[in-house]
Amino acid sequence: MSKKLHGIFNDDEVLLNAIRNLKAKGIKCSNAYSPYPVHGLDEALGLKRTRISIASFLYGATGTCLALLMMWYMDIWDWPMDIGGKPSWNLYKNIPSFIPVTFEFTVLCAAHGMVLTFYLRSKILPGVEPNVIHERMHDDHFVLTVEGKESDEAQIREALTQNGAVEIRS
Amino acid sequence: MQDNLNYTFSGKLKTLSFIMMAIGVVAIAVGFATNHEQTWANLMHNNFYFLTIALGALFFYAIQYAAEVGWSVYIIRVPLAMSQFLWVSGAIMLIIFFAAGHHIWHWMHHELIVETLPDGKPNPDYDAVLAGKSAYLNVPFFLTRMILYFVIWYGFAYMLRKHASAEDMSGALQHHLRSRRLSIIFLVLFAITSSTSAWDFVMSIESHWFSTLFGWYTFAGIFISSLCVMALIVAYLRKQGYLHHLNQNHLHDISKFMFAFSIFWTYLWFAQFLLIWYANLPEEVVYFMLRQDYYKTLFIVNFLINFVLPFLILMTRDSKRQLFWMSALGITLFIGHWIDTFLMVIPGISGEHWTIGVYEIGTTIGFIGLFIFVVFNALTKLSLLPSRHPMLVESEHFTL
Repeated sequence: MSKKLHGIFNDDEVLLNAIRNLKAKGIKCSNAYSPYPVHGLDEALGLKRTRISIASFLYGATGTCLALLMMWYMDIWDWPMDIGGKPSWNLYKNIPSFIPVTFEFTVLCAAHGMVLTFYLRSKILPGVEPNVIHERMHDDHFVLTVEGKESDEAQIREALTQNGAVEIRS
Repeated sequence: MQDNLNYTFSGKLKTLSFIMMAIGVVAIAVGFATNHEQTWANLMHNNFYFLTIALGALFFYAIQYAAEVGWSVYIIRVPLAMSQFLWVSGAIMLIIFFAAGHHIWHWMHHELIVETLPDGKPNPDYDAVLAGKSAYLNVPFFLTRMILYFVIWYGFAYMLRKHASAEDMSGALQHHLRSRRLSIIFLVLFAITSSTSAWDFVMSIESHWFSTLFGWYTFAGIFISSLCVMALIVAYLRKQGYLHHLNQNHLHDISKFMFAFSIFWTYLWFAQFLLIWYANLPEEVVYFMLRQDYYKTLFIVNFLINFVLPFLILMTRDSKRQLFWMSALGITLFIGHWIDTFLMVIPGISGEHWTIGVYEIGTTIGFIGLFIFVVFNALTKLSLLPSRHPMLVESEHFTL
């Protein structure tokens, strides 16, 4: 049975050192919460690179296709429009005037898709009970989540305190 | 590490640059013997292109100082060396102006703006549009502006180099602060001169036509073409064993600049095209009619090579961090903006009679040789690493 413990730190350098020392001892550091971005935290934790950029590309490509489909349906197929005094009734020839809308819709889809994906993955959607480990974790304190066997709990607690944790919560 | 701080112009590269210059001289000489009008157009096109590269490098250097940028300290001497090419561009521009100004800039023919001939009859060649513009587009004022541009640009390049050199010698902070103040003044002057010089050198070739976005469009070209040449020089120096303190984070930022400004260029290129295409006003649309009727392939290639390729290739983080992709894109964008400048300059001079053949490419090779010779010579003059720059350590520890 594995056990989760949260070490609370009040300095980012201490946190980074603690992660390195704990990992050297073979204790698994699974996550860290920080009120602002800390350089080198991802590397120290060994987190995989985010795939949100791939998701963003896919949302953007969806936006491009949807916008072109919409304008093709409205201005070419269902109700042909005379665009810029050049009645061609053809998507390829009218494309310059569709570009601004296509661009905006691509950005809209990519941006909203990314935000929603981020919310879903981080489980912070409206209505979800927020996971507040420590009252000051959004102010000036840092939280480090470590995992280990229940039998090693005392050892982990000691290692956290030795490495500068000001408080330990479970 | 100490031995790599100073760049030595290798004999091999020097020979190569001389061979390239010789090819250029032969191409220009044979060009003059066979078709001198086309050769002047080629000279103007290539000179303007290499002028934009040198000017954009100076602009890059100035923003690094004005914004107190830390990451770029390791490569800052490359744009500084590139900007030393400006006096060569100025000299060639003056030669073109005095030898073939009438041929490049149609409005210089004085007989077009005289309403009545000396014998009292109306002038059949009278051009009311050009006469209306003659307060700005006249030879003395044009020459004054042209000299002023090069005095300002090269003057700042010279002063900034002096301060960089003095900083290496004494390490006094005042040289950094002076560079910063000079950079800020330069940026203000550049904002004005980059627009007006674009009107003068390029837009006035087709003097009936005008576009209010032209200065910005040219500026985007100036910046992106100098960024890609800077990336190429950095990649070359790195391959030769210099700049070994450079890491992937620095490459990432250079590539990001190229990525961002190729999109910025597309935005302005398209904004200019869209408004003219949509409004369909006869006096504006002639510009694109000419390019779409007789330069269609180049017009499409220009868009693909300057937008689609860099957009798709540089989008991922991994390709931004690799020397190979950075230099591959550098070469692509160098060719792409050569084509873009071709489409800005040549149609107004040569109309439908154009070619891209031995003479055009030979002239460009000659200019590349000259550029390599001047820029790499300038690189040998100063240490490659500004060892007393106050933000050197910041650049060393730079991570993304």
